[in-house]
Amino acid sequence: MTEKLIFEHSRPGRRALAQAPAEAPAIDDIPAALRRESPVGLPEASEMDVVRHYTRLSQLNFSIDTHFYPLGSCTMKHNPRACNTLASLPGFLNRHPLAPASHGQGMMACLYELQEMLTTVTGMEAVSLTPMAGAQGEFTGVAMIKAYHDARGDSARDEILVPDAAHGTNPATAVMCGCKVVEIPTDADGDVDIAALRDAVSERTAGIMLTNPSTLGVFEQDILEIAEIVHGAGGLLYYDGANLNAILGKVRPGDMGFDVIHMNLHKTFSTPHGGGGPGSGAVGVGKRLRDFMPIPVVGRDGEGDEATYRWLTEKDIPNTIGRLSAFMGNAGVLLRAYVYARLLGRDGMTRVAEFATLNSNYLMTRLREAGFDLAFPERRASHEFIVTLKRQKQQLDVSATDVAKRLLDYGFHAPTIYFPLLVPECFLIEPTESESKETLDAFVDAMVSIWEEARTDAATLKEAPVKLPVRRLDEVAAAKNLDLKHESATAAGA
Amino acid sequence: MPFIPHTEDDIRSMLATIGVDAIDDLFDEIDPSLRDVRLDSIPERASEQAVTRLMGERAARDAGGLCFIGAGAYEHHIPAAVWELTTRGEFYSAYTPYQPEASQGTLQVVYEYQTMMTGLTGMDVANASLYDGASALAEAVLMAVRANRRSKSARILMPVSVHPFYRQVAHNICANQGITFETIGYDHATGRIDEAALERWAGEDVTALVIPQPNFFGVLEDVDRLTDWAQDNGALAIGVVNPLSLAVLNEPGRWGAGEGADIVVGEGQPLGAPLASGGPYFGILCCRKKHVRQMPGRVVGRTQDVDGRTGYVLTLQPREQHIRRSKATSNICTNQGLLVTAATIHMSLLGATGLENTAATCIANTRALVARLTAIDGVETVFDGPAFHETVLRLPVDAERALAALAEHGVFGGLSLAEFYDGLDNTVLVCATETKTEADLDTYADALRDVIAAQADAA
Repeated sequence: MTEKLIFEHSRPGRRALAQAPAEAPAIDDIPAALRRESPVGLPEASEMDVVRHYTRLSQLNFSIDTHFYPLGSCTMKHNPRACNTLASLPGFLNRHPLAPASHGQGMMACLYELQEMLTTVTGMEAVSLTPMAGAQGEFTGVAMIKAYHDARGDSARDEILVPDAAHGTNPATAVMCGCKVVEIPTDADGDVDIAALRDAVSERTAGIMLTNPSTLGVFEQDILEIAEIVHGAGGLLYYDGANLNAILGKVRPGDMGFDVIHMNLHKTFSTPHGGGGPGSGAVGVGKRLRDFMPIPVVGRDGEGDEATYRWLTEKDIPNTIGRLSAFMGNAGVLLRAYVYARLLGRDGMTRVAEFATLNSNYLMTRLREAGFDLAFPERRASHEFIVTLKRQKQQLDVSATDVAKRLLDYGFHAPTIYFPLLVPECFLIEPTESESKETLDAFVDAMVSIWEEARTDAATLKEAPVKLPVRRLDEVAAAKNLDLKHESATAAGA
Repeated sequence: MPFIPHTEDDIRSMLATIGVDAIDDLFDEIDPSLRDVRLDSIPERASEQAVTRLMGERAARDAGGLCFIGAGAYEHHIPAAVWELTTRGEFYSAYTPYQPEASQGTLQVVYEYQTMMTGLTGMDVANASLYDGASALAEAVLMAVRANRRSKSARILMPVSVHPFYRQVAHNICANQGITFETIGYDHATGRIDEAALERWAGEDVTALVIPQPNFFGVLEDVDRLTDWAQDNGALAIGVVNPLSLAVLNEPGRWGAGEGADIVVGEGQPLGAPLASGGPYFGILCCRKKHVRQMPGRVVGRTQDVDGRTGYVLTLQPREQHIRRSKATSNICTNQGLLVTAATIHMSLLGATGLENTAATCIANTRALVARLTAIDGVETVFDGPAFHETVLRLPVDAERALAALAEHGVFGGLSLAEFYDGLDNTVLVCATETKTEADLDTYADALRDVIAAQADAA
């Protein structure tokens, strides 16, 4: 099953006329030299054409609403409907970002309370909600660390320590902030190699970027010692919140010694992922970095029913690293996170970590008992864990890709594969707290069944997927013969 | 338990399988000193009914007001079908399409979006979105520094007629990479880039010139001359556009005598994103094919499966952080995918004619508003150049106070520019989109007349 392009549904002269002004007034005051000569190459379609086309396209997707989606480090949990419905109330949707604050007290109250709740649950001193995704939250964190050192006249600190298991965004961010990346190896248990860390820190160290639990699915056991070593060398600690779901309400980055944290609200606070975004990378700061927070932040004057809210700007936070978005970040995403946080409450937040961890350890135990190899068999799982298919690859010539593609045929989205790079034929599996025991059991059954296929009929396995709209796609050809737009649509505007 | 399906039986049986007595035992690798957490200041959970009432009250407080503010975010009618379709769970709750066979819906939408956006801008390539218009400009600057290999200066010419917040964001994001921004003033009569100020950089090593169209004042720049100036001086031309304006304005791919602008960015919000206090919106980035490997962000390509069926995949991934790590073109990972879905559906419904009618109606409505407002004694236009759907007006009274008084009449009269520009005291940037009726324009004019009279009396 495939669907034509919307351009191929187009018929000259067909219009969905209800949606726009029926006519174009004369605009002779615009000089001809500045005017467009040929019409834009957009489809000409009726509303029904458009509704059917995009409904059909949606049906070609896997999603949380339709499938178990155990994608490691991505936290694909249920997206409660109230979050979208309530963030989409007309009073919120229709408000201009530069409308007076007096006409935004409702949304600002929500954002202020969200700042407060996130501050508490992470153990930090304050939160700025403006970063628009995890990577921008990372940028914010490292930029604040740089600004902190600069403000102290300690400008030679230009090295950011990054464990080798880190997300690619960490080293990419460090470079965007003008820093050099120093990679720190991992020991056999999946923890940071402490001896290597001691050797790496120096008067050049600006800070360390850590994900905890790490992308290896284990809690960093020496975190307090790491904090001591890095702080002792004059560096600061950055917490990558990609895996915050594992510890929400159970353990707090602020208590571990972190100076700054970003939170992926589209993961931990379920706002959702939207097929690639939007996200939100809210940052929490400790006392060292409080003066450097990005703006705007929501401030409150007065208490209780008398409280009023206003935007804090450069005037309130003079050392701020400044504005990182045109207005207030992904404000609508923040409202969704607020609703989610209120529906959970304090106990519900703690339960997120508890049941995410229960599901993960249960699934890990069941897969181990079914004969799969764990990357760190001696460790507890956090909210995720790693299965390595190295043995299957060696014995049966079946790769992680083959198993992942076959899982799609069984109606399960594949786990994260080939990440972290340290573990060969890696499956990073994150079930999340919102999945039931039956779903986890069914996933184990599918994995067992696929292993059986690998032993008896590896050739078929390598053909997978066979039940999806398309079979394996030629990604090499896609990169070599770039086809990034439908040509006939743009050629003559038809 | 909210959003957790486990029964007591499930929990018992799962713990037995794992071989522990309690869920807390699963956290036993964590130092006990870290495990005593108090969250007392976070409220107890509220029911969906209670949160619905709370949010309803808060949304009602923020509702209302007749909005004539533009300045980078514009009120447009969004067809009902756009968000009906966009919030289908299969789009809304999907992840980044890393498993293409299970993500053809999202991938094809992005491919259609890239096609529409290249059509609109006249450029060769569009990416799958950045965060917003301001951060897209920052990424375009970083991209230009990589792409312009002849330039060694990392010097960017940034007109002050670019949105003040965009300039701030570009500076804040690029500041740590040794990039310098040289500001170019504006002509006080026309509101356009001051060409004499620009000419001082002729013959110097310039990496890129930023060209806003329309500029922050709503004024249309002489984009052909500016593009030629940049390229004649070895600089790349970075266009900053309102995508809706391109339904009627010359597309950046045709600017100048050469092959057009090198990179084009813009705020995608006018294409189907609600105002929503500032986001989520999406950043547009398009470029010429020769720069594609320096482009940040995701991009979708068309290819075939093993049976020869057409399909879509993320491509050119070796530019991106998850492959190239510290050598990536950007750190961006999550983008604004759902907004791109909305924009694609929005453009499909409006088509070229609908977009053109919308853009032309915006121009006509702003013209009509300006005619009504300048009929009031002492209200005058500040610039005489042709404009898109925004204009700077000077008031005969204190602009901040006038805007506050208008807000009490339920009219958001525009943005005061004094905070952003020396010499623009008591000026207001006003905008009337296609959503405004004749009666709305009259309401604004009547309210402003009253406010000015009241303030003149008081003075």
